[in-house]
Amino acid sequence: MTNSFADYLNTDLFFVIGSNPTEAHPMAGAKIMSSLLNGTKLIVADPRRIELAEKADIWLQHRPGTDIPLLNGLMHIIIKEGLHDKKFIEERTEGFEDLKATVETYTPKRVSEMTGVPEKLLYDAARLYATTAKAMLCYTLGITEHICGVDNVMSTANIAMLTGHLGKEGCGVNPQRGQNNVQGACDMGALPGDYPGYQKVANAEAQAKFEKAWGVKLSGKPGLTIPDMMDAAVEGTLKAMFVLGEDPVLTDPDANHIKKAFNKMDFVVVQELFMSETAKLADVILPGASFAEKDGTFTSSERRVQRVRKAIEPIGDTRPDWWIICEISKRMGYPMEYAHPEQIFNEIASLTPSYGGINYERIEYTGLQWPCPTADHPGTPVLHTKSFARGKGLFKGIEHTPPAEMPDEEYPYLLSTGRILYHYNVTTRYSSALDAHRPEEMAMIHPADAATLGVCTGDTVQVTSRRGSVQTKVNVTDKVLTGMIWMSFHYKETPTNELTVNAFDPVSKTGEYKVAAVRIEKAAQV
Amino acid sequence: MSTLQQMRSGIEESYKEKQNRARIVVGLGTCGIAAGGNKVMEAIKSEVATKGLDVDIDFTSCIGMCFAEPVVEISLPGQSSVIYGGVFPDSVAKLIDGHLVAKTPVTEMAQIQIPRDASPYEGIPVMDKSGYYAKQVRSVTSRLGRTNPESIEDYIATGGYAAIEKAISMERLDIVNEVKKSGLRGRGGGGFPTGTKWQFVHDAAGSKKYIVCNADEGDPGAFMDRSVLEGDPHAVLEGMMVAGYAIGADEGIIYCRAEYPLAIKRLNLAIEKAEELGLMGDNILGSGFNFKIRIKAGAGAFVCGEETALLNSIEGKRGMPRVRPPFPAHKGLWQKPTCLNNVETFANIPFIIRNGGDWYAAMGTEKSKGSKVFCLTGKINQTGLCEVPMGITMGEILNDIAGGVLGGKKFKAVQSGGPSGGCLPTDKLDLPIDYDSLISAGAMMGSGGLVFMDEDTCMVDVAKFFLNFTQLESCGKCTPCREGTKRLLEILERICVGAGVPEDIDTLERLAKVIKSSALCALGQTAPNPVMTTLRYFRDEYEAHIIDKKCPAGLCAELLTFTILKDKCVGCGVCIKACPAEAISGEKKAAHVIDAAKCIKCGACVPKCKFDAIAKA
Amino acid sequence: MPTVTLTVDGKQVSVPKGTTVLEAAWKAGAFVPTLCHDPELTKPGACRICVVEVKGARNLVASCVTDAVEGMVVETATPAVVEARKTILELLLDNHPEDCLTCHQAGDCKLQDYAYFYNVKPGAFGGEAHKYDLEDDNLFIVRNMNKCILCGKCLRACEEKQGRAVIDFAYRGFKTKVTTAMDKPLADSVCVSCGSCVAICPTGALTEKAMLGKARKWEIEKVRTTCPFCGVGCNFDLNVHQGKVLGVTSNAASPTNGRDMCVKGRFGVDYVHNPNRLTTPLIKKNGQFVESSWEEALDLVASKLGEIKGKYGSDSIAALSSARCTNEDNFVMQKFMRAGIGTNNVDHCART
Repeated sequence: MTNSFADYLNTDLFFVIGSNPTEAHPMAGAKIMSSLLNGTKLIVADPRRIELAEKADIWLQHRPGTDIPLLNGLMHIIIKEGLHDKKFIEERTEGFEDLKATVETYTPKRVSEMTGVPEKLLYDAARLYATTAKAMLCYTLGITEHICGVDNVMSTANIAMLTGHLGKEGCGVNPQRGQNNVQGACDMGALPGDYPGYQKVANAEAQAKFEKAWGVKLSGKPGLTIPDMMDAAVEGTLKAMFVLGEDPVLTDPDANHIKKAFNKMDFVVVQELFMSETAKLADVILPGASFAEKDGTFTSSERRVQRVRKAIEPIGDTRPDWWIICEISKRMGYPMEYAHPEQIFNEIASLTPSYGGINYERIEYTGLQWPCPTADHPGTPVLHTKSFARGKGLFKGIEHTPPAEMPDEEYPYLLSTGRILYHYNVTTRYSSALDAHRPEEMAMIHPADAATLGVCTGDTVQVTSRRGSVQTKVNVTDKVLTGMIWMSFHYKETPTNELTVNAFDPVSKTGEYKVAAVRIEKAAQV
Repeated sequence: MSTLQQMRSGIEESYKEKQNRARIVVGLGTCGIAAGGNKVMEAIKSEVATKGLDVDIDFTSCIGMCFAEPVVEISLPGQSSVIYGGVFPDSVAKLIDGHLVAKTPVTEMAQIQIPRDASPYEGIPVMDKSGYYAKQVRSVTSRLGRTNPESIEDYIATGGYAAIEKAISMERLDIVNEVKKSGLRGRGGGGFPTGTKWQFVHDAAGSKKYIVCNADEGDPGAFMDRSVLEGDPHAVLEGMMVAGYAIGADEGIIYCRAEYPLAIKRLNLAIEKAEELGLMGDNILGSGFNFKIRIKAGAGAFVCGEETALLNSIEGKRGMPRVRPPFPAHKGLWQKPTCLNNVETFANIPFIIRNGGDWYAAMGTEKSKGSKVFCLTGKINQTGLCEVPMGITMGEILNDIAGGVLGGKKFKAVQSGGPSGGCLPTDKLDLPIDYDSLISAGAMMGSGGLVFMDEDTCMVDVAKFFLNFTQLESCGKCTPCREGTKRLLEILERICVGAGVPEDIDTLERLAKVIKSSALCALGQTAPNPVMTTLRYFRDEYEAHIIDKKCPAGLCAELLTFTILKDKCVGCGVCIKACPAEAISGEKKAAHVIDAAKCIKCGACVPKCKFDAIAKA
Repeated sequence: MPTVTLTVDGKQVSVPKGTTVLEAAWKAGAFVPTLCHDPELTKPGACRICVVEVKGARNLVASCVTDAVEGMVVETATPAVVEARKTILELLLDNHPEDCLTCHQAGDCKLQDYAYFYNVKPGAFGGEAHKYDLEDDNLFIVRNMNKCILCGKCLRACEEKQGRAVIDFAYRGFKTKVTTAMDKPLADSVCVSCGSCVAICPTGALTEKAMLGKARKWEIEKVRTTCPFCGVGCNFDLNVHQGKVLGVTSNAASPTNGRDMCVKGRFGVDYVHNPNRLTTPLIKKNGQFVESSWEEALDLVASKLGEIKGKYGSDSIAALSSARCTNEDNFVMQKFMRAGIGTNNVDHCART
């Protein structure tokens, strides 16, 4: 996030695209909902009538996979009507002409045809976003989980720069991160091409720095991303995998492909709290301690580094994850000696410039938002106030990329997936109250489709894609478009990701969870 | 010449003509309709048709003599209008035959007459000098019972919309000053100077302002506002328009209780007609002044008559009072400056603008100017609506207008100001009626309901009645009112059934004091008034209930004993048959006895006894 | 910022313009109780327990909704003020169960505290008290409306902090009650069980179901931590008793969420004690997982990975690190892969 959650109460307009915060990021959603009471305006772009769509001043119900045409169309109108921020563009950006040339062809008429959004709403939304001084764009996985995810993200940056809604309070482009420490895991260099702090493994200088710090030769060759790992495993070149607190069999797209990968490898270690679908395929399972049983830090979406504190002793014979890894490393001849996570953190701070000024003492009460390079730095609530990471913001004209797989005669329904309020990717199924409250998948389908299929809410259907087939109960609701089915990925009893498409963004390697073609049949009564 | 002036000359002409024809006018206010006015109207129409008479038939609103409903007015060209009371369908033929055919008024049914050119009829009191009207003034009620409230022509012909016409030619502040000069104080109960309030709203920052009319009249026994709305809806609209022009508002809302369907119907009709004639809407009378009014039907809660609760209710929120300040004049409807007055206040405005503030200020007392409409109910001979100059005494209202206590009984108390007011005893009958005197006596002006009580009224029971009302109608927001009124009520209930203890009086006083000093809104703060005034003026009745276990008025059943007086009882057995509890026994021709254990104290035996042999004590 | 100076209990105090009399009185060190007041919510001025005397005012003044003005003379403990406060407490207690002995809120209850301070006992009027059924219909929150003092904080938090307004006052007078639309159970309403109402309730009317009867308030150790669910980064206090996490209470000092949370954070961390937790290392032997010691498991992992590294090279090994684990765990994992194994094959579900 370029800005902070506190800023949610300090904006005049939210433009929420591909994000369902009242379910997936409830406290962010609550801030939006309460801001609306004070007159803050809201534009929602979402194929589903999510809760915020019902509260929105303008709801753009665009078809799944048409984010780029939608944003290009809005930018077309903004430029045509001269509503773009000329001063900001002049001073802070480059490549405006490139963008202008691209969006020129995205006329409201054409965009309306591509997205299904009425032209008038396109005009209303473009004008409102462009003319509101403090306008905040929020997105989540509805933008990133496409084969054109990176292009989608760049389109959000384009429209924010075009209107000067960056580097200011109450503005910005704000991806709400899906998981508690996905920001931190990235920051820590749990990425194949990056050392901690996004220092590139391919950069010789960075390599030298870490070689010196860690006292060993390091590889300058970027590693494999998850989809590449899975492919390499299936191909037989990847022989072993150490999985820490992840359940790719349940959560990664095309689960059958993932299972194949795990079955093919010689050795799989899974470090987990529970017997996950992936753990079942492991050779060794190492029981980790939960967040309540260990000290450490998480870094939130707003780049806030905050303390996790040990409240109870590890349950049973479990151990903190860092301890387990160090023990293995020691046995493999590379001892990593830490008496307490604080020592690890101090090493992180010493090697990660954006964390350089952070230590446990400073984050005892409220955490600090990176970049925080020095011990006296107050942290950074708003990014890019003076310049962007590369200096000037670069506009890039982006053309539409249709989803990898679209409904056809054989698989006539469009499957889109996501999260529901009462569950998280992991562990919530083990919470007695949460699981009792929402114990099973309730796929959303439109009443018209339900009528065609002959099903009512609570009935079971068989959903089949080219990759797999699962059973699910349905919730008949006009919150989804006709021709669409929406499912969550929380239930191992309904492993939705056996259906999703094995297609990825070429740059980020993010799977296209949001669009797949499926067929739906009423399941035989049990 | 403006369009209105052109319109007016024509309208006045035909109004005069209409008045000078043979006419029958039926009073069709809610009171008239409730008494059967519609059936009387049908009977009149059919009688006139059968007889083939050339006579106009019209209707009007309540003239004030509710006690005489259904009321019918009959007039012949040039002759006095005679107002008949108690006209039911079976007496219609007699009236028409007498007054219209034989041209001789039916004197025994006539209440009053209103003279025209010819000399008055013999034997019928002239309105101004009649018992009911002699001490009244007819200002804000002047059209009530005289014009057709659904006719904008009647309104215009009687000076209507001349005030807004005059106002738009004035400087805004001059209007505010005129209202200040009139000394008009809020007629809804609070008595805040209207002109000062207008000044606040006028001065408040902001381009969007509202006019809100409080027509959520909810006091038991109060129907002044309903009568005005039903009888002169245009006057209320015009008053709001003048206010809107003066303070710079373009939108008005009348919050009218949903239980007043006729008022709402006539208001809507009036708005429609005024808009049709260009007297309301955009660019009124070519002045560039825009003003629209809409009706919001109330949510059925007494507390919505409290101004801030009313505003919440208009906004679609639960009707709970807001903390003041900020006052509505600064942050009212939708947090915008809002001029909020009640029906009677607004209805007075056109008269004040037309006749000038000085004219109005000439009526009334030093600090309470003008006239006030009251509703007279309870144990009196003439219940109804009256308008009196401020400063008149309670005794004059009781004895002269209301015609004294019903059945020749002794007067005990009058409740002024509804549940927020207080009970005043006999020695307060010479109290001049004005805002400040009433407050100092522990009561209040309120919106104008006067409930008269006779010697058979138990004052503890009266306090209980009002507390039951306020307790049920408390919005529940603040602790003292929500919980405190409930406890006051419980104590009063137990006193009435003989379970009171001497400390109860102290507890009542202590609790009443805390509620008065700490409740959030005026309703809560005044809720203990009925308890406090009855304790102040009728403490002996409380003590009788608590210590002697007696109800001096003989009303509280649990405290009564019924006994048969041996020396009077002839043993006829009628009481035995009358008793539903089989509590009376006795041989024929021997004195009967009541078994106290079986007696349910219903009192059914007492009126049956022809020998006054059953004593209640 | 312009300031005003007023006198509270004879003491002069200067406060910024717009400060309430309540805040000014607190600043002057006066004790003024509050029940419906909350610094983060709108001010209804409803409970009236904070009344004070202001010289020149006709009535007692609710200090929480009255702005301090220059020259104001405030008395916070005159006989009239104390009388009013005691009476208000008597009124509240008269309609409140006398079950402090078994009440979950005991020890953390404003009503209890003020009753103690003012020595107010229940039963002053001996009148009717509510007899609502216990609302135990949902999985997360228990509502005992007999203990509700109608301060309205819950419904304001619901509306103003969560933007929902699921609950409001219903009925009138003594029957006034906080409930959902049509007075339906929470489970049948649009409530999303965020528990902001529970967090703010000053009495035992609203409680976390999972914590009821588990420990007294004063026995609970609170450990501040960061939520393990989505990426918003809410902070809260784990409530620990005898080595067990009983549940979660929110902490007003949390930078992003204050006292507000979602259903998962507030009611979902019981997974920590789920009996299905893996509690010992497991090694698959002949297709079956067999319990092992840490030594055996760690040795096996080290030797197997070493073997594969030796045979196929460092890049034949990969690690999935975790977006749910701590920074420290992730740092150690990538360092192990890079420096220990010698590959950059480390990734995590950065994109979900």
